[in-house]
Amino acid sequence: MSMLQVKGVSMFFGGLAAISDVSFDIKTGEIVGLIGPNGAGKTTMFNVVNGFYHPSKGEVFFMDKKISGLKPHQICKLGIARTFQVVKPLQRMSVFDNVMASAFLRVKTRAQAVEISHETINFTGLHDDTDVISKSLPLGKRKKLEIARALATQPELLLLDESFAGLNPSELDESIEIIRKIKARGITIMIIEHHMKVIMSISDSIVVLNYGEKIAEGAPHEIGHNPLVVEAYLGEAQSA
Amino acid sequence: MKKFAPFIILTILAVIPLTGLSTYMLHILILVIMWSAIGMSWNLLGGYCGQVSFGHAAYFGVGAYTAGILYSKLGLSPWWGVPLSIVVVSVFSLVLGFIVLRLRGPFFALATLASGEVMRITTENLVDLTGGAMGILIQKRTWVDKTWYFYIILLIAASTFILVRKLMESKLGYYFVAIREDQDAAESLGINTTLYKTLALCISGVLTGIAGAFYTNYMGYIDPHVAFALHDISIITIMIVMVGGVATYWGPFVGALIMVLLAEVIRSMPGLGTAHQTLFGVLLIVIIIFLPNGIVGDYKKLKRLLGFRRAST
Repeated sequence: MSMLQVKGVSMFFGGLAAISDVSFDIKTGEIVGLIGPNGAGKTTMFNVVNGFYHPSKGEVFFMDKKISGLKPHQICKLGIARTFQVVKPLQRMSVFDNVMASAFLRVKTRAQAVEISHETINFTGLHDDTDVISKSLPLGKRKKLEIARALATQPELLLLDESFAGLNPSELDESIEIIRKIKARGITIMIIEHHMKVIMSISDSIVVLNYGEKIAEGAPHEIGHNPLVVEAYLGEAQSA
Repeated sequence: MKKFAPFIILTILAVIPLTGLSTYMLHILILVIMWSAIGMSWNLLGGYCGQVSFGHAAYFGVGAYTAGILYSKLGLSPWWGVPLSIVVVSVFSLVLGFIVLRLRGPFFALATLASGEVMRITTENLVDLTGGAMGILIQKRTWVDKTWYFYIILLIAASTFILVRKLMESKLGYYFVAIREDQDAAESLGINTTLYKTLALCISGVLTGIAGAFYTNYMGYIDPHVAFALHDISIITIMIVMVGGVATYWGPFVGALIMVLLAEVIRSMPGLGTAHQTLFGVLLIVIIIFLPNGIVGDYKKLKRLLGFRRAST
């Protein structure tokens, strides 16, 4: 079953086509990588799925329900949560309160929200920083906080925007472990990542964007040998 | 101990009129408590939800005029204005919120500032309804003695305090602060920012309006320049919260205490009286530089600045 269907989506800013006619499907339970050089339209794609932008053309379906045109909070309520590339912690709130603010989405009482928050914070390995004001967290932990906050909304589909960028090797391993654990919970994941080793090892399939167009889609080993992808990343092969 | 602080302070305040205070001192106390109630309401929108309003006079004035018009047009007791202002100000905030909450940051501040002024000019010109610049005079005050006024405003302020506190500990509180910290992040976490900003504006407006309705009853006279005053209401409200402590429970009370007492002291000084607004300005600048979170918010820093370092460590 497809969880998310993107059908012929284009996004124009003035005369610039940030995304043109991109279509792909995400199957339930998969980890899908979204890769491409800088400026390829990956984050724009997330903004379209998440509802920050309404696509200029095309439609997005989530569990067979049309979501393009809805507002971000409605889409989140339906079960799509995201993280931000440029982390957006609720700065003057503690880690715990950050997670609390999103845990209230599915539950009414404070006690239930507290339970979800503690569980999510432990899950993402932030338990030592529960009461730290998020402004003073180092980048690695802020990225984890982004994930924790998104998870606390109890999503079906999680959009991760460069959650690994700027992490040191040990943090990287921890984060990969977290992603695997999230998948084990049955949450579908779409992830933007520049770290090729990571994306190749965890993704079930990969979508490649370049200049706003989808140039390839398939399993990681196919993508690695696709001439168009190699060209997009390394430039055209010189003959003679 | 800290848990009981609100009860202790409430008890102390409730006992004060029994100590045979002069009418003048009681009047000052009534003003302090009224301003803390207004400050707390402003704090809900401006401090916790981060939507800095420069136009709370609009809500104050609408509340005040609800009570006044009930009296002047329908011949009812202006006290009915207190419950009725809840309805009137809710509707008014919804309409105003629909317009001003589309804007963010400084644009929101400017729009609210304008809304207060628009209300003042409108009230001046709707002579048939409001009596225009003549204002509304309540011919017969309910009590000559101030004791009952004191207890009524104390009840209003205590209810405001409890309501704000309960709200901030609930889901709404988390949502308000999330919106203040990052509106886009809040939206993507499933928070309907438009809805919750409107709620914050409405609750804040209604609580301010109730204080306005009380003001009509207490002072016995309102006119557009008093009830919709840009400086004497909108700006003073912000100053009270800034001085006391933005987004703190006790900030508005401490701020009101300092500002009202200071205003009285400076006004009574020969030669300095007319300069009290200048001194307020200087005070605000000093507070912003040294105690950006206000006296309650930066309490520890204040102790250090005043040289209590050894005592505290």
